[in-house]
Amino acid sequence: MNRADVLGPVRPEKAPPSGRRSRRSATLVTGCVLAGLIALLALVSLFWLPYPADDTSGGRLAGPGDGHLLGTDKLGRDLFTQVMTGSRIAVEAGLGSVIVAAVLGVTLGVLAAFAQGWLDDTLAAFLDILIAFPTLLLAMLIVAARSATLGSAVLAIGLAQSAVVARLVRVLVKRVLAQDYITAARTSGTSWPRTVAGHVLPNIWPTLVVNLALQFGLAVLAEAGLSYLGLGAPPPNASWGRMLQEAQATFTTAPAGALAPGILLVLLVIGVNLIADGLRDTLDPATRGRRA
Amino acid sequence: MARYLLRRLAFLLVSLALASVVLFALLRMLPGDPANALTAVGASPEQIAAARQSIGSDKPLPEQFTHWLGQLTSGDLGTSFVSSLPVGPEVTSRLHVTVPLTLAAFVLAVLIAVPAGFVAAHKRHTWYGTLLSGVSQLGIAIPVFWLGMILIAVFALNAGWLPAGGFPPDGWSEPAEAIRALVLPVLTIALVMSASLIRYVRSATLDVLGSDHLRTARALGASFGQAMWRHGLRNASVPVISVLGIELASTLLGAVVVESVYALPGLGSLLATGIAQHDYPVVQGVLFVSTLAVLLIGFVADLAQRIIDPRLRGRLSGGAR
Repeated sequence: MNRADVLGPVRPEKAPPSGRRSRRSATLVTGCVLAGLIALLALVSLFWLPYPADDTSGGRLAGPGDGHLLGTDKLGRDLFTQVMTGSRIAVEAGLGSVIVAAVLGVTLGVLAAFAQGWLDDTLAAFLDILIAFPTLLLAMLIVAARSATLGSAVLAIGLAQSAVVARLVRVLVKRVLAQDYITAARTSGTSWPRTVAGHVLPNIWPTLVVNLALQFGLAVLAEAGLSYLGLGAPPPNASWGRMLQEAQATFTTAPAGALAPGILLVLLVIGVNLIADGLRDTLDPATRGRRA
Repeated sequence: MARYLLRRLAFLLVSLALASVVLFALLRMLPGDPANALTAVGASPEQIAAARQSIGSDKPLPEQFTHWLGQLTSGDLGTSFVSSLPVGPEVTSRLHVTVPLTLAAFVLAVLIAVPAGFVAAHKRHTWYGTLLSGVSQLGIAIPVFWLGMILIAVFALNAGWLPAGGFPPDGWSEPAEAIRALVLPVLTIALVMSASLIRYVRSATLDVLGSDHLRTARALGASFGQAMWRHGLRNASVPVISVLGIELASTLLGAVVVESVYALPGLGSLLATGIAQHDYPVVQGVLFVSTLAVLLIGFVADLAQRIIDPRLRGRLSGGAR
């Protein structure tokens, strides 16, 4: 899991030559199309599925075609139906984790930003240790304590990501707090809560939103990893990770089941990452021209 | 520097102590009684009580904790509830798989990512610069276990060049077999790790390329290579080292998925079974050793950053922020 991807805000590069702007929004559009396709699949799966989830009429490991767009799995269930359900689980996992991470991470990060001296050092180091502690281990502990459900997985991923968000927010808030307009607000009698709500948060939200978009992609990957290990949503919910795990043994004989969920997963994560890149360029003019 | 070293060492010990308290408390909060894992289904209350007594889980928690700490200071990680074998040797034998796996993957990832990231930044307007950035975008979106599955299908099942999984039962006494077993897992981790590292190296290089001091050096007559070597490398490496430390630590602990794909008897799989069986000493032992490793890696990374960047001296922890 590449949690280090999002550890630090990227520093601004020099403004690009004009005319690069349109290519930037092309990034955003491509991202929206890719992620939108998966989101659409997830939305449709709420109302309509090609086959009932437990329908095994297609025969085992049937190839693509003949009423089954992607063929069937080793139990005879329609793969496209499972892929659609999987897209819903992936989107739910991403959204849920990001909400947990955002609420916890922003609260912790803002509080940590006010710490001074040794407490500041300690908090920073504590967040570093938490970040190095992999999502998976935390998830394994939480799943052991509760049970293997999508909720447990989302909670675990969100908790682990909140450390990353908190670290970022802490740095961003510290930077804003050093600005003159904060001193001005404070000397004119604005209370701390009002200063944070009125001056700090509006100034950090572009960077924050970009980071949360990246966290969405990482959460989708983490949920797939957990499901692959059997720690995610239990059957009959077809999570992409579990589909891949089930199809691993028949990779060479029936490749569709081992490829389709993986490809969709990659498309969704690339889509969301492109959205993050596009948003960074659109929301934060200082970093325009940087596509890391 | 000596004073900093002392402070940083003290900080390391305090963190380790705190981490062990948290570890112990967290594990005791898990529901489920390890005594149940020891006794047969339908065991009498007396049998369960006897099992509790034999593993010491009937004692009050503070007593269990001090007992564990006492063992730790003498280098003893305790005895497994389930197998009744000492945890220390078990962890050590698993490290023989996990440490070479992680280190080899890490070195390979750095060897790939540093040149690739530099080229992606320096040649960002060429087709191969763009291609490198695109490949790293793809790399960070691929689930590590899926990449593992694909590599197995291509290189083990189709081509038959390498084993699809497992590790020789005699371990490193069959060095050729052991190395063959680790090639695909190392490649899997290294590819995924280098994809995200490339982005950091690229970003750090871009910062340096656009910096005033590099331009000044060039204006004073230094060639691009000289300027990069004398003024660029040092500046670019500080944020990269900070990321490297975190990547290495989380790979060490996060190898569990790759170990599962390739059926490797590593630290991750030991932890997974330990959690499933409520085998506290095993889970505690693995997590303690991993936490120690994470803290040591952070220590080394901080130290390296401080040696490279004098501006950071005077701060306790962390680099590029």
